[in-house]
This record gives sequence, C-alpha cells and structure tokens, in this order.
Amino acid sequence: MGQKEAIQMKNITKRFGSTIANHNVDFEVREGEILSLLGENGSGKTTLMNMLSGIYYPDEGEIFVKGQKVLIRSPHDAFELGIGMIHQHFKLVDVFTAAENVVLGLKHKKTRKEINDSIETICKKYGFDINPNQKVYDMSVAQKQTLEIIKVLYRGADFLILDEPTAVLTPQETDKLFAVLNNMRKDGKSMIIITHKLHEVLSISDRVTILRRGEFIGTVPTTEATEQSLTEMMVGKKVELNIERPEPENSKERLIIEHLSYINEEGVKVLDDINFTAKSGEILGIAGISGCGQKELLESIAGLLHPEHGSSITYINPDKEDHISLLHMNPRRIRQMGVSMSFVPEDRLGMGLVGSMGMIGNMLLQNYAESNSFLKMKKQAKIKAVKVKDKLDVVTPGINTPVRKLSGGNVQKVLVGRELGSNPTVLMTAYAVRGLDIHTSHTIYHLLNKQKKKGTAVIFVGEDLDVLMALSDRIMVMCGGRMNGILDARTTTKEEVGLRMTKIQEDGGADHE
Amino acid sequence: MANLIAWIIRAVVFGTVVLYGSIGETITEKAGHLNLGTPGIMCIGGAFGFVGAYAYENSVSDPNAALCILIALSLGFISAMIAGLIYAFLTVSLLVNQNVVGLTMTIFGVGIGKFFGSYVIPEGAVSTKASFANSVFSAKLPFLSDLGFIGQTVFSYGFMMYLALIIAISVHIFMQKTRTGLNLRAIGENPATADAAGINVTKYKYLAIAIGSGITGLGGVYYILDYNSATWATAAGNAIESLAWLSVALVIFVRWNTAKAIWGSYLFGLCYWAYAFIPSILGISVNTDIAEILPYIVTIIVLIVGNIRSRKGHQGPAYLGMSYYREER
Ligand SMILES: Nc1ncnc2c1ncn2[C@@H]1O[C@H](COP(=O)(O)OP(=O)(O)O)[C@@H](O)[C@H]1O
Ligand SMILES: [Mg+2]
Repeated sequence: MGQKEAIQMKNITKRFGSTIANHNVDFEVREGEILSLLGENGSGKTTLMNMLSGIYYPDEGEIFVKGQKVLIRSPHDAFELGIGMIHQHFKLVDVFTAAENVVLGLKHKKTRKEINDSIETICKKYGFDINPNQKVYDMSVAQKQTLEIIKVLYRGADFLILDEPTAVLTPQETDKLFAVLNNMRKDGKSMIIITHKLHEVLSISDRVTILRRGEFIGTVPTTEATEQSLTEMMVGKKVELNIERPEPENSKERLIIEHLSYINEEGVKVLDDINFTAKSGEILGIAGISGCGQKELLESIAGLLHPEHGSSITYINPDKEDHISLLHMNPRRIRQMGVSMSFVPEDRLGMGLVGSMGMIGNMLLQNYAESNSFLKMKKQAKIKAVKVKDKLDVVTPGINTPVRKLSGGNVQKVLVGRELGSNPTVLMTAYAVRGLDIHTSHTIYHLLNKQKKKGTAVIFVGEDLDVLMALSDRIMVMCGGRMNGILDARTTTKEEVGLRMTKIQEDGGADHE
Repeated sequence: MANLIAWIIRAVVFGTVVLYGSIGETITEKAGHLNLGTPGIMCIGGAFGFVGAYAYENSVSDPNAALCILIALSLGFISAMIAGLIYAFLTVSLLVNQNVVGLTMTIFGVGIGKFFGSYVIPEGAVSTKASFANSVFSAKLPFLSDLGFIGQTVFSYGFMMYLALIIAISVHIFMQKTRTGLNLRAIGENPATADAAGINVTKYKYLAIAIGSGITGLGGVYYILDYNSATWATAAGNAIESLAWLSVALVIFVRWNTAKAIWGSYLFGLCYWAYAFIPSILGISVNTDIAEILPYIVTIIVLIVGNIRSRKGHQGPAYLGMSYYREER
C-alpha cells in the first residue's frame, strides 16, 4: 500500500450563512488506499468532499494535491487534477443516453463509435455492464451508479470520491461495487467512500476518518476499529448498539390482507395473491430484494393503488372491533382511521416532503384536513416540528428552513419523524433508515419499538437482513411480487430468509407459525 | 386559386416573424431560461434596424444595398442582444425571478422601441418609410417567383425569409449533433449536473441568451423592413409585441424543435390569416377577433393532446425557469 499523501486538506472551514458545515478540518488520503469518511447525518462529509470536487469553495484553509498547493474553483479544475466525485444525488441528465452523459462537458473530438469503444474498454477492465445508448430514465439505480463511475473513470480520474454510493444498492449490488473498488485500488487509485453502514466501512477501507458536527475527530486504521469504537467516535459518547425486541403483548388482529393482487400500468402483475395479517403490538418485517412489490403492497393498503378484483383488505377498528374494508376507500379516509404510511424513496425528496417548505409546512401537509382552523393547525404543526427536531436530533438552522437545504439524512428524519408522530394504529414504513447514520437508525428502531409497545401494528419494510431479524417478530419474505413464506424472526436464520428472497419455495404461500 | 396563393404567401411572411422569435426563444429556453421579454426584445431589434436603415439611406445620395442590409441586420441584432444581456445579467448573475424580469423587459423594450422608432417620424405624420430598404428587403428572385403556384408560394419572398429557414435548420443541427449543443441542452435539463461535468454554466447561459435575443431581434427587423414595407408607424411596437407572443407559444407548440418550428410558424400564419381568406374561399363570414386567437387555441389543443401521450424527452427543459447558483441547494 502506498504511503504517500495523495490529497491533503488543511484547516478547512466552510460556512453556509449561520451554519458552520466544516470547522478547521484536517483531512488526508494516501495513494492507493480506500479511506472511509464517517460521521452522523449533517456532520459535514458531503460539504468537505464538495470542496475537493469544486462544487463549494472553502472559506478558509488550504488544499494540496500530490504535495502541490492547489486552488479548486470549479468542477473543471477538479477534473484537471484528476479528482472525480460520485455525488449522493446522481448528477445525470435523464433524457440523455449513457454515452452522452459520459462525454458531457468534455472538449475532445471523438466520434460516437470511438466513445462507445472507450466506454466498452472501461467496462471490460472493471467488469461493468452498460449499454451506451440507453437513456438514463430507463436505468435502475444500480445502473445509474455504474454510469456515474464510468463517467469519472472516462475522465481519467486518479482520485475517486463516492458519497453514500451504497445507500440505495442491494447487498448484491454493493458486493459488485466493492469488487470494482478493490480493482481500482490495485490500479493505484485513491478512493474516499462515505457510507453509514459500518460493516461496509470495516470490510472495504484501509483507514477511517471521523467527523462530528463539522469538526475533525480523528483517523484510525480500520484494523484497529470496531463498530462500537467507530460509533463512539462519531457520536461522542457511549451508545447502545443492540436492538431490543420486546415480546408482543395483548396482540390482536388489526389488518387482514387476503388474495391481494395488483397489475400495474404496464400490465405486469407486481403483486400476486398476497395473504397476511398484521397484529397490534407486533412488528411485521417484510424482506425482499428491492422492487419486488413492497412499494405496491404498502400503496395498495394506503389506498393509493387499486388492487385487482377479488383482493380484500380488512381493517379491524381497535375501539369497536368492527371489520372495515379499506378497498376503494380514499387515501385520506384510510389515513384518518389511523393507517399511516411512510415510504422513503431512493431519491428521498421524491415523495412525501416539499423541498421548498420548512419543517412546519411539511408537518402541516399531513394533517391539513383534520382541523378546521388554520391558525390552530399551524400551532400544532409547530409543536410537532419542534418535537421531531428534538427527538431525532434534526440538524437544521431552524424549523422554518426549507427542508431541501438540510443534509440528506436529516431530510429523512423529518419524513419518518412526521409519520411516527401521528399516533397511528397501523404504521407502515419502508426503508426508514435508508441513508441514516447508525446512531439515528437506532433512534428510529427505538421509536418503532415504542409504537409497538403502545399497541400499534407496525409493518417494517427493510433492506438490512440483520436489522430485520433483530427487530421484527415475524418476517414475511417477498419474491417477485409473491409471498414466499412468513417466518418467525426469533428462530429463523439469515440463510433461510436470503434463500427465500431469491427463490420461490414449494410451500410459498404457507404460514410458518 | 389566387386566393389560396395569397393566403399562403401571407401566412409564410407572417410565420417568418414568429419563426425568428421562436428560434431565439428556443435557444434561450434550452439554457433553462424562460424569456418573456421576447416581445420587447423583438421590438427593440425592429426599431433599431429600421432607424439604422432609415438614417443610412437618408444620409447618402446613392445607398448601397449590401451596406443597407449590413447596417439594418447588425443594428437589429446587436441592440436586441444588449437587451438580452440585461435580462441575462439580472436572471443569471443576480438570480432575479425570470418571469418578472422577462415581463418587465417586454414593457421596457416595447417602450424603447416605440420611442426610438418614432423619433424619426416627421412632425405631424403618423408613419415614415425607408423606401430603399424596402426595395432591398423585399426583392424577390427574378424568374423563379413568377413560375405558377410553386414559384409564387415558394420563391416570392425577401431574402430574410430564407435566412430564417437556414437559421432554423442550423440551430436544430447544432442542438442535436454538436458537443456544444449537447452541453447547452444539459444546462437546461439539469444545471447542477452540467456544472459538475465541468461545463461553464454561466458562460453558456449568457451566450445562449445573447444570441437567442439577437435572432429574436432579426424578427423585428424582418417585420418592419419587409412585412411592413419598411414603414414605421406609431403602432408598430404593439404589432410586433402581439406577434412575438405567438413565438413564445410556438416554442411549446413544436416542443423546442426549431426545424419543426418552420412548418409550425406557417401553420400559425395560416390560422392567423384564415379570417381574411376562408370567407371568400368558402363563401361564409367569420368574426375576425375570434379568428385571430386561432393560433393560441391550436397551441392549447396541441399541448393537451401532447400531454396526454407525453413521452420523456419531449417535454421542455426540466429546469426551465429556475435559477441556478452552485452553492445553493
Ligand atoms: N448548500 C448549502 N446551503 C446551506 N446549508 C448547507 C448546504 N450544504 C450543506 N449545508 C449544511 O451543512 C451541514 C453539513 O451538511 P452535509 O455536508 O450535507 O452533511 P453530511 O453529508 O455529513 O450528512 C448541514 O447542516 C447542512 O444543512
Ligand atoms: Mg451527505
């Protein structure tokens, strides 16, 4: 492993109005290493890296590349220095093809064929698979990710910055990405990777640099680090990393789903005969490769989609114990009855929040229909916003700051916090901890458990199998729009769940309790 | 038949004014800027082009055709470009709301145009004419234009009508086939992405707005020196304004495609002049006020139909109308 410093940042400070995003940060990455940059949401990781890629310009401090002092005034300057960044939110033009995105902004005069050939060469070298003529809007998240990497490599970057590249990838896709990164390390490239998943940090990186609230805390070799020690450096105090799982108490049927099928606009059957029961005081985990019907399942229950004939969704009212069919009921009524849904999409801001509004405005969105006095409503929303901010430690200059200005993870805390705060009887949440740091993730698990103890029926769609198995009481596995067994989370194994995620079992529909 | 030919000729001439404006507006919009100042800018271009030509032919005893063209076109282009640069400075550098600046620019431009244009109108008169410029700008091809239906409908226009075609097609090729065009489109689609790809967003935006405005200005020159027989009347400013609004509509109508804008503009011309010809061709009578809004109605219908079967990539630039500042998010 090279020991020479490739990039050094000294005494960097960056302010946004009254927010100090980075304060006197020292940072260094060596040649041929993978460095993890770790910190809670809003601790200034993206900001720091954006100063290397030319998006932001530091207020104070110096940057050295290969020992030379440099000024990076624009992304163009960064390319000249061989620095390429893969941003947290993809920087791709949707209506362009892959090849067009790759050559965007470049001056050379290559023909289309030459460009495609170069792309092919890169693909071969690192084991990518991409069609240069495919439009970006037709690509999956993983494909877009790949394209971003190719874009950077095509420009001949020696230093790669990856800002939360794995937040939206499946474990398989992550493995593939890491194989590529390892290849590039062998090539002598330096990489900085930001990720909240500590096991990834431990498995891929050589060293770890930690930021806390914009300040540099320290750098440790990965071999000397553990999940616990890293978390403590990040948070600044001892934290409990165990997920508790209280026994369900007084469990009653709350939601009965029978023969639920849904055919989408393209005519694909994305949900095929789903049957399950969600019970009060219990967390029902839903496992599955992303995009195999989880979203449609939740949206059908929430009344946003219209399931096929023969489907049945029955809600059992906790007060009167009467059975109500939710089919063809409008989403607002369903919500008023206490069935709440929060879905954290891959692009976070895409659903549920209005970027240009502050926290108060976004709280209002949820209960605008419930109260008839606007002033009173606004007051309640304000109280709620303050509560969410305190409980989840949302880093924001104020509850009126447009949520678009918050860092990615904090945006999400607002979304999840709002749903948790609405006193639901059925709480459906999908990818609630996507992109959240480990500390905040645990806060959310804790809040879900609190809901459970209060008697809420919790449906938790998750990505991380370890978490699913530690948090849920039962796990329903989905595979290609079908249910592939409901397992007891206390006794099942990770292998069993993993297998069922990818392969339909003979006893697919049967209940395993 | 004679009626039909007259109608087509009217439509093409009318369409050419609209076409210039819509090419200019398309270039601007591709950079993500909705310029509602187009009517004002076209008016400025027309007024300065006219004043230049008028002053030239009245100051020399033996005016030269090439010089007349050069003076009119460059004055029209440059004055409109300067107006565009004011718009660019306010919206690109100072990040002021584009709609507000644009609408203000229209009011300002129509005012300025009327003021300078009317400056040369002799005391007591309501209009004045640059006769030499008129002969130069409306000169037709000698033989071809006499050859029957095709000759009359295709070859009987002043040179600026053909210039518009060349510009429209060149701009289309530039947008679709060149690297610079790709970069420009990227800016309108997603300025942050373009910026991160190393494109100088500010420079591109300024250039696109300046050149787009210049081309829009040529529309004004064409309107006065050919369409309006090189006559500046006190009402010319308002006439240009109403045509220029059609240019803005045409951009949407043809979905930001300047090549399609060619037939689109002629179609607008046919609609606009329908009230004058349809009655005599069909022997019915129509209300002129209603007839004149026909192009707008067609646009609205096309937008509705287009949206129902909308495909990705056929909508406008995704970041149209939004300011971009690198450190903002
Ligand atoms: N462009 C910006 N304008 C205003 N505030 C910003 C901007 N970028 C980042 N911030 C603020 O700086 C802090 C650090 O954000 P960020 O670097 O995105 O955190 P991280 O990537 O570690 O989650 C946050 O409080 C965020 O709100
Ligand atoms: Mg970040």
